[in-house]
Amino acid sequence: MCGATEGGLSLDGVNVAKEAVIQGQVLRGGASGGEPVANAYVRLLDRTGEFTAEVPTSASGHFRFFAGDGEWTLRTLAPKAEPVDTRVVAATGSVAEVQVLVGA
Amino acid sequence: MSRENSLVTAQWVEDNLDTDGVVIVEVDEDTTAYDKGHIRGAIKLDWTTDLQDQVRRDFVNKAQFEALLSERGVSNDDTVVLYGGNNNWFAAYAYWYFKLYGHSDVKLLDGGRKKWELDSRELTDELPTREKTSYVASEQDSSIRAFRDEVVAAIGTQNLVDVRSPDEYAGRLLAPAHLPQEQAQRAGHIPTSVNVPWSKNANDDGTFKSDDELTALYDEVGFDTEKDTIALCRIGERSSLTWFVLTELLGRKNVKNYDGSWTEYGSLVGVPVALGDEPGTADA
Repeated sequence: MCGATEGGLSLDGVNVAKEAVIQGQVLRGGASGGEPVANAYVRLLDRTGEFTAEVPTSASGHFRFFAGDGEWTLRTLAPKAEPVDTRVVAATGSVAEVQVLVGA
Repeated sequence: MSRENSLVTAQWVEDNLDTDGVVIVEVDEDTTAYDKGHIRGAIKLDWTTDLQDQVRRDFVNKAQFEALLSERGVSNDDTVVLYGGNNNWFAAYAYWYFKLYGHSDVKLLDGGRKKWELDSRELTDELPTREKTSYVASEQDSSIRAFRDEVVAAIGTQNLVDVRSPDEYAGRLLAPAHLPQEQAQRAGHIPTSVNVPWSKNANDDGTFKSDDELTALYDEVGFDTEKDTIALCRIGERSSLTWFVLTELLGRKNVKNYDGSWTEYGSLVGVPVALGDEPGTADA
């Protein structure tokens, strides 16, 4: 569970075995990594493309969702960058880690 | 009501940061967001401590609301401009709350904190100082607040609009997906309620869609304009945003917000619950 507490919301008191966690970090530009984006917004869209939730990224660019089993899309909005869509599959009892790169 | 009376742009707010009689108020689900940075001059209302009774499950009463706004330096004749995170969910909730207690001039910042941040506008951690006032609230306006018995009676007879995400409506999720899903109440929705997710009212940047787009949205789901309407979500904040759209932007009459919402309804003993993507029938 390395990195499991990095997102915007603490996992204290959360039964992770019963949650389908999607979490990750938003980075700006640079093929070899890039800078964390603290003021991005990550939207979780369901399999039909409908909005399900949204979080701002933390100071270190991290975000987290408690989704359900299945396919989801992350739509990331950041200042001075085009929105970026990222597909992700979530499953109860596991943590799907995602890295999102936005334009420089 | 109309867009001009109830909504202001980020640019308008930036141009009016120092205007007398304009009070900017931030209300967030994440009650620490203000402390990390806010619009210059904005005061904070904490929806969990300032706007909720700390013993009963209810709002603060009239006297408490008066004391709160007096202490924060808000006058009856001020223009109150609300904004917040989560696409203004909690700012819309506060808007509805100010209207519940009769404040006449309230506006939402279109797009809220997100639009402000995406525009790279300035935030500060400086705390404003405001002179105390003697705020006088009206009695709660019961024409905009629905309680559970009215909601149960509305099944099959009124427009019930459930504004949660499709997965929450269908019972596949119990809460918005930025929150843990383990909850005490049952999953699903009120039979005959239609699902118009709050997000369909807004663009990706959090600003509201045009009046024509919004009108079409509610026509599509067969809203009967002759009937009264009750909006609900999980705890009443997203449905405040839909209440705002229907009442303030589209000028619909007889729209109530059910702040008990799914956390109350989904815990009631003996009421009907529908599962899946269809509204279901009154005799479910």
